[in-house]
Amino acid sequence: MDINTLRGLSTILVMIVFLGICLWAFSSKKKDDFDDAANLPFEDDKIAKRTLSEKERKNHD
Amino acid sequence: MSKEINQITYNYKVVRQFAIMTVVWGIIGMAVGVLIAAQLVWPVLNFDTPWLSFGRIRPLHTNAVIFAFGGSALFATSLYVVQRTCQARLISDSLASFIFWGWQLVIVGAVVTLPMGLTSAKEYAELEWPIDVLITVVWVAYAVLFFGTIMKRKAKHIYVANWFFGAFIITVAILHIGNSLAIPVTMWKSYSIYAGTVDAMIQWWYGHNAVGFFLTAGFLGIMYYFVPKQTNRPIYSYRLSIVHFWALISLYVWAGSHHLHYSALPDWAQSAGMVMSLILLAPSWGGMINGMMTLSGAWHKLRTDPILRFLVVSLSFYGMSTFEGPMMAIKTVNALSHNTDWTVGHVHSGALGWVAMVSIGAIYHLIPKLFDLKEMYSISMINLHFWLATAGTVLYIAAMWVNGIMQGLMWRAVNEDGTLTYSFVESLEASHMGYLVRMIGGVIFLAGMLVMAVNVWLTVKQQDAKALDTVTETA
Repeated sequence: MDINTLRGLSTILVMIVFLGICLWAFSSKKKDDFDDAANLPFEDDKIAKRTLSEKERKNHD
Repeated sequence: MSKEINQITYNYKVVRQFAIMTVVWGIIGMAVGVLIAAQLVWPVLNFDTPWLSFGRIRPLHTNAVIFAFGGSALFATSLYVVQRTCQARLISDSLASFIFWGWQLVIVGAVVTLPMGLTSAKEYAELEWPIDVLITVVWVAYAVLFFGTIMKRKAKHIYVANWFFGAFIITVAILHIGNSLAIPVTMWKSYSIYAGTVDAMIQWWYGHNAVGFFLTAGFLGIMYYFVPKQTNRPIYSYRLSIVHFWALISLYVWAGSHHLHYSALPDWAQSAGMVMSLILLAPSWGGMINGMMTLSGAWHKLRTDPILRFLVVSLSFYGMSTFEGPMMAIKTVNALSHNTDWTVGHVHSGALGWVAMVSIGAIYHLIPKLFDLKEMYSISMINLHFWLATAGTVLYIAAMWVNGIMQGLMWRAVNEDGTLTYSFVESLEASHMGYLVRMIGGVIFLAGMLVMAVNVWLTVKQQDAKALDTVTETA
């Protein structure tokens, strides 16, 4: 096969993969998962509080 | 929640170190920038010493602002975000310290060697091979620390900001090693294994992706965490962020040849770079819109929150420069803009308007959180900094637009008999006023950074500021 045919096919392949990613990202099945992921920045304050708490400071090495 | 997760604390020490150094290196890097801008207005300012000559100091400026200021901001934010969104502590405290001190050593190496004239003459990769080796070691350690922390995450998902940081870490490693391959001849002299046009193409494959992955993907990681955090609402569309990610990282690597329009590079490679650059507009604007729309329904917060203002204006500059970039990559536009100050203006609308402003916003968000304070010492000083940064950036890029277009038009003007209308030095003389305005813009931006330094100093010196962390988990 001519190398340029392969190059053309690889372009089409990459395009299909990209469309696949778009379909996957926008499928309704993934909605709940992505909502969880989108809220990850807001579930981190407890550990931050513990990191800076006076009470447990004695454990500092 | 398991007992284990109750014991976890974060490693804030390394984040604090890098956050403070972001401000320090920002001031140093931008001060050197102001010096070389002043040299273009008053050449006497090189004081006839080789160590202060423009050719040696200019790479010091670019290395200091990109790798020392931008790098520190990226280390601080990525190591903070990866811990908080994975709900996991960094896998190793000693590795974190190694990365901090190793990176500082790299920067000190740059500060010493570049003014001495020790350079590999590759733009944005001027450092000689011993420092390149050190960068590689530190960078691999960084990758281990970052991805190791992701692997032990408590959360099921890997938050989108970490995807961008991860792409930035992997791609910068590949770029740095690929571009810096060289044969050392002495301790401070090496020759690139590439030659001629291939060397140029490798250089701009590296150079453009240093912009694409160091200065874009990494800072988009910052945007995807700090914009939602500062507005207190999740990102506008998580789905769009996934498409944004894959589109951006798969397109950026193909655009580098637009730096070599009208050069010895084969014509088809130039055209391919131009087309890829045009397509890049789509993911760039997708990301910008995603960040902007996060504020929908919360626009009123801009009135009272100067930190949010920094973040939103940075997105505006990002949108503007990612429109300008593809436009300048069109060959016919590039025929006018190539080698003129327009390019310098374009870089700085990205570097000052986007990279610096989003970093500054993130650091203002970070500092109080890292020292267990509610907010920065002075909100009005943040506001002052915001206006200084905005005014400085606008003056800078407007001056370079005027200079660049003028230079392009003067260089291409021909008389009826086909001879050039202007000599090069005439275009240089005509640029003098633009250089002065640019320097004033730089001074204003630098003044804002000094205001920031004072504010940070007053914040961390407050009585209730804490800089010690609880460590409950054995590292």
